[in-house]
Amino acid sequence: MALTKTIGRAAAVAGAVAGGLAARRSRPRQDGTDARRWFVVTVNRSPEEVMPDGKLPEPLARLGDAIEVRIRPAPGDKGTELAARLTHPPESGPAGAKARLHGEDPRQQVRTALREAKAILEVGEVVLPDAPGTTHPGLGGRLVAVADRIAQGKGRL
Amino acid sequence: MKALCWEGTNEVAIENVPDPQIRNSGDVILKVRASAVCGSDLHLLGGYIPAMQSGDVLGHEFLGEVAEVGPGVRDRKVGDRVVVCSFVGCGRCWYCTHDLWSLCDNANTNPGITEALWGSAIGACYGYSHALGGFAGSHAEYIRVPFADHGTFVVPDELADDLAAVFASDAGPTGWMGADLGGVKSGDVVAVWGCGGVGQVAARAAVLLGAERVISIDRIPERLAQAEKYMGVETIDYAKTDVGAELRERTGGRGPDVCIEAVGMEAHSTGPEYLYDQIKQQLRLQTDRPTAVREAIYNCRKGGSVFCLGVFAGVVDKFPLGALMNKGLTFRGAQQHGHRYIPMLLDRIASGDLPTRHLATHPMSLDEGPEGYRLFKEKEDNCVRAVFQP
Repeated sequence: MALTKTIGRAAAVAGAVAGGLAARRSRPRQDGTDARRWFVVTVNRSPEEVMPDGKLPEPLARLGDAIEVRIRPAPGDKGTELAARLTHPPESGPAGAKARLHGEDPRQQVRTALREAKAILEVGEVVLPDAPGTTHPGLGGRLVAVADRIAQGKGRL
Repeated sequence: MKALCWEGTNEVAIENVPDPQIRNSGDVILKVRASAVCGSDLHLLGGYIPAMQSGDVLGHEFLGEVAEVGPGVRDRKVGDRVVVCSFVGCGRCWYCTHDLWSLCDNANTNPGITEALWGSAIGACYGYSHALGGFAGSHAEYIRVPFADHGTFVVPDELADDLAAVFASDAGPTGWMGADLGGVKSGDVVAVWGCGGVGQVAARAAVLLGAERVISIDRIPERLAQAEKYMGVETIDYAKTDVGAELRERTGGRGPDVCIEAVGMEAHSTGPEYLYDQIKQQLRLQTDRPTAVREAIYNCRKGGSVFCLGVFAGVVDKFPLGALMNKGLTFRGAQQHGHRYIPMLLDRIASGDLPTRHLATHPMSLDEGPEGYRLFKEKEDNCVRAVFQP
């Protein structure tokens, strides 16, 4: 019974994810562009508030020389586009895959830092999940927990 | 504390869980006084919404009393009796500042999940899966409310009945939004699919926004009767008649100007498409059953507007894109932007403009929660909404 439920839930997740995947265009062959692509958030603040005196928001500053950062005003009075990218390409192959699974891919750190910087600039802090938690997940739930753990550093940012 | 938790597909149970704690400066802890079940909770119960874990506390439509305030809370104090918007909004991002609160950039603690599913992360909703933030729900003695200065609304003293005021949390703003953003205006004919709490409010909102005729569609006699008696609208029982023919006859052959879908991903119908949609959904070849959406698009007048209020998770089959495009329809949907409507709705509920107390057909204790969900899911004993009062 438990296995049936797990399969059912996995199928539900797979169905929903398939929707997302179906909406994506096929990706062109990797030519190294992705490794140098900027990750960007739009912050509902002026450029002067995003980087006062050229100073980086703390979550990005912590990444030091590992990233380069640029800002520009967003069109339509939408605030400031805050972009960051790695100065060196991340590891590829098995080592890169292992890092992604453990949430240690440097691109995940950049995404997380950008999201945290945006939250701090807009609301003063990063909203935290409830703690202590109430869950006691089974197999399917543990997969959700893994998704939770890495979700801050993943996504389409 | 006690809480009603999701334990797996079609399983809920009362559990002892840790008390919630202040985690951010803008949080309050609320002592829950009333927490309503919602049709969209049935999607969680049925296992149709991914990213649930055993032990997740359900419930997103609630009212309570402030028991503790975080150091950054300015406008709420211990003892305030408040209703809470089911969606969490930070109040400072571009979306919140443009009254698009359910699209908040900063409230969802797991943005990567919905970015992968839908292309962008939306905000967070209490008790509605880890994809929508993972915050514990309100079927509990206490609940943590982030960004409380924005998401809590003091209930006026003249609205003393918790069982009426609680619907300003979710059903009220969701239904009102359907009529408002659907573009209902004076003289319109409006059709609303679904006579649950959200559908009834959408119908009443259409009346109050000046629609000349409002026609609500369902198959459950007591819900149809409620829509007629309390919301003052016409009805169609889709189990007894051809909805399309009925709508054409009542609208001079044009079709409704505005069609509001308040059914969601587990729609029923009497036609063969119901079996088709069920099979495809159970095999996960589609995630949702869009029967009412199809009907709304098909029956809307040329150049009209269709608003999707029902909750959908992923992908659907046989979506009538040809009708949508060739008839020049405007199609829109949203999770609720409740912050923009709740103060007005509380006043309307208090004045009697917007009746809601009748929706709470089954007030009960939290301990009776599993039975409440059973009654609600099976639509037994004329259950429209069970409301738990911990």
